[in-house]
Amino acid sequence: MPVRKPPRLEFIGLACLCLLTVGGAVSAATLLTYRDDLNETDRARVAAVTAPATDFASPEKFERMSAGAATTDVRPTKDAFSSPAGNLGFEGERDFKLGDGIFKKEWVSAPSSTQASDGLGPLFNARACQRCHLKDGRGHPPEPGEKAVSMFLRLSIPPRTEAERAALAGKALLRIPEPTYGGQLQNFAIQGIPAEGEMRITYDEIPVTLNGGEIVSLRKPHYEIDDLGYGPMAPDVMMSPRVAPPMIGVGLLEDIHPGDILAHADPNDANGDGVSGRANMVRDPETGELTLGRFGWKASVPTVRAQAADAFSGDIGISTVPVPAGYGECTEAEVACRRAPDGVQERLGPVEAPDSVLDLVTFYSRNVGVPPRRDVDDPQVLQGKALFYAFGCASCHTPKYVTRRDAAQPEHRFQLIWPYTDLLLHDMGKGLADGRPVGDASGSEWRTAPLWGIGLTETVSGHTLFLHDGRARNLLEAILWHGGEAEAARDRVVVATPDERQALIRFLESL
Amino acid sequence: MPIPATAVARASAALLASGLWIGQVQAEERVDVLNTYADIALAGYQDSLTTAQALDAAVDALIAKPSEATLNAARAAWLVARWPYQQTEAFRFGNPIVDDWEGRVNAWPLDEGLIDYVDPSYGTESDANPLYTVNVIANPTLTIDGETVDATTITPALLSDMLQEAGDVEANVATGYHAIEFLLWGQDLNGTGPGMGKRPATDYDTTNCTGGHCDRRAAYLKAATDLLVSDLAEMVGNWTADGAARQVLLKDPQAGITAILTGMGSLSYGELAGQRMKLGLLLHDPEEEHDCFSDNTFNSLYFDQIAIRNVYTGHYRRIDGSIVDGPSVADLIAAADPAVAKEISDKLNATVTAMAAMRARGESIEAYDQMIAEGNEDGNAVVQAAIDGLIDQTRSIERGIAALGLGSVALEGSDSLDGPNAVFQ
Repeated sequence: MPVRKPPRLEFIGLACLCLLTVGGAVSAATLLTYRDDLNETDRARVAAVTAPATDFASPEKFERMSAGAATTDVRPTKDAFSSPAGNLGFEGERDFKLGDGIFKKEWVSAPSSTQASDGLGPLFNARACQRCHLKDGRGHPPEPGEKAVSMFLRLSIPPRTEAERAALAGKALLRIPEPTYGGQLQNFAIQGIPAEGEMRITYDEIPVTLNGGEIVSLRKPHYEIDDLGYGPMAPDVMMSPRVAPPMIGVGLLEDIHPGDILAHADPNDANGDGVSGRANMVRDPETGELTLGRFGWKASVPTVRAQAADAFSGDIGISTVPVPAGYGECTEAEVACRRAPDGVQERLGPVEAPDSVLDLVTFYSRNVGVPPRRDVDDPQVLQGKALFYAFGCASCHTPKYVTRRDAAQPEHRFQLIWPYTDLLLHDMGKGLADGRPVGDASGSEWRTAPLWGIGLTETVSGHTLFLHDGRARNLLEAILWHGGEAEAARDRVVVATPDERQALIRFLESL
Repeated sequence: MPIPATAVARASAALLASGLWIGQVQAEERVDVLNTYADIALAGYQDSLTTAQALDAAVDALIAKPSEATLNAARAAWLVARWPYQQTEAFRFGNPIVDDWEGRVNAWPLDEGLIDYVDPSYGTESDANPLYTVNVIANPTLTIDGETVDATTITPALLSDMLQEAGDVEANVATGYHAIEFLLWGQDLNGTGPGMGKRPATDYDTTNCTGGHCDRRAAYLKAATDLLVSDLAEMVGNWTADGAARQVLLKDPQAGITAILTGMGSLSYGELAGQRMKLGLLLHDPEEEHDCFSDNTFNSLYFDQIAIRNVYTGHYRRIDGSIVDGPSVADLIAAADPAVAKEISDKLNATVTAMAAMRARGESIEAYDQMIAEGNEDGNAVVQAAIDGLIDQTRSIERGIAALGLGSVALEGSDSLDGPNAVFQ
């Protein structure tokens, strides 16, 4: 697609600020009429507290506590993403730890002596949730010669028939799975059944020169699959890699009012700022209703529970009530896999992981705590924050929200949270495009990734590999990969002085 | 210049009226309570160190002259070492210095294939843990995260710096009590049937070696026990008069008292009633037992409950029989609400009784992994009764927190609403 012309950011930036400051709390409160969970007073308070920052001389009030009262009080160590939300009571902590136990649980192949924890596979990417979500942090691509850990390939093909086109149009399906291998490449299988194959990654280096003379090399990945276990793939297969995202704060993202997300959507770029923002409307697997997708790199999953059920099935091969096939992701073409025994025990229910198990993992996932910010009052951090706004980063990485008053879980209600995402899809340009549409998301659109906790990636996960496939080797590379709607902001970073870039990175590292 | 008596009286009256005087008395009481708590921590970690040193000596004897007798002596030393250590678990969940350190000594569950040979039923698929069957004892050269690691000499540093949580996989436990337990007992291959691990003493016999690499197995065991001793010595240092953990606690007495009660509640509910006990009962999985190689789980759980009662009552019986005691949170709560104080005490005792029943069953009828087996109604019920007790006592601990006016503190931290930890409400 053609590269967009960078908009005149200074003018637009100023215009936006004027609008928001002049508008102030009064008109903003009327703007928040969609917040049916709030009364008039609260709407005004929420509008005021979520208004974009205008003063960068000191931190905003409440800014250090990224998840409000749900923020953890842990120190920035390797375990920084392993704590329950700070406001869970003892009982909540119990359910959290039960869920954590299941999250770490090694599933085994059926039949086994532990009937309540068998049913692995037959195809799988990992035996346990924790094996990809290492330390509940960010996954990474494999080192050369290593098997993929915490990263896999999604697979699909363009629709071939009217029925498939209709299924996509009606959102019964969000993508057509590869006919033999299904929607995901599983690189492991239980004894006696072939695994599907192993991804192989090669990189091309692309130099980018920044203002000040610094040259940054970006590595562009290429994916191939070795050792295909079930014959050739469809020639028009579309592959897209995914690293495991950090687990922190997802329950709070679920409790952002949909109106707050849709308020940022501007699918036709009506305000002409070069940034559109589209919702991925998907079907809730349990109700069939069209609803807002929030999770996954393309915002194709509406709830944490649906995400957990998808991962149980696709990644571990464990069936749940929402995704009930005991054979997991085996296709009809994978005959031996379909015939392998599953782990269903009639007396425990018709699926391998009954709702009691899925509910605990969902509860756990919803309550992995977000650590507090560091150095919020550091002058360089504050300078970086000002630049984050000035460069336009904040137009997609929306800093803050107040969660719903009527959230199902009391600890998630009415929390001022700072996830730095609009949860919407944006065209990120050719460089990042995977050419693989999912629902409303085109082959070049990606969901704005939340930034909270991003500064602890190295501490928790021991690496600084970012983006959906871990291609960026540090935050600066990740920024430089931004294209499409984010190209203007990216260009601002390129022409910024080295000191300004350093400050911007310092700000991100404080998140 | 002498101060007129009336002025002193007026000042005292003003202090009393403002509540400052009372506040000061309360603060002093709290400091006394915190010092008792820290004294018990110090004694508990000292006892853990002493018994770990005895274990280390028993390991030396085993390595010097491997026999069923020396192996059993080392196992006995390990079992004794668990008694005081488990009684220190109530210092977790509230003391960051302990929480950051704890994984080094008591991490669990572990993928034993990292350390030594395993039964074929363990599986050989490398899965997403590339170190699942790496077997350090058999392999002097390893690859971790794509880097070659020289493991020719097995040292404490190799275990703690290279192998512990290698590849960020938490089940890669290379150090601590459970790694040593595996090296002394071996895998428990009996599922939910009777029996524990059956490692032969000849696994350490370099002249008549079973399991291969007996010299390296001995080196691993020695490195792991040495490391346990040095880790415990470090924690002892944290609780001495000027130790860091004691100082953190005393710096903010109100936060310190909250830490005591939070630790009691978190160990009771989340850790024990949840992860360590209910999960195993839910899945009926024999791997879900804390001391899984030695079948010592009923003891470990029992002494955790004793730990909770120790810190509440401010009373600890040391391994030499002497007593450490002093003012406690029980006294503070009794001053605020005697009924709540008694209720907590009664509930803690009831759980001790339920845990003792489980322990007695473990010693006489069946091990903990058998108790949680599917279809074992009697065994399940005994474990469930202990879980019920733990949950019940936590409700009362919550009432104790409320009686001391600490409820909101636990949620919001001790800073004022304008402090850096303030949250929008």
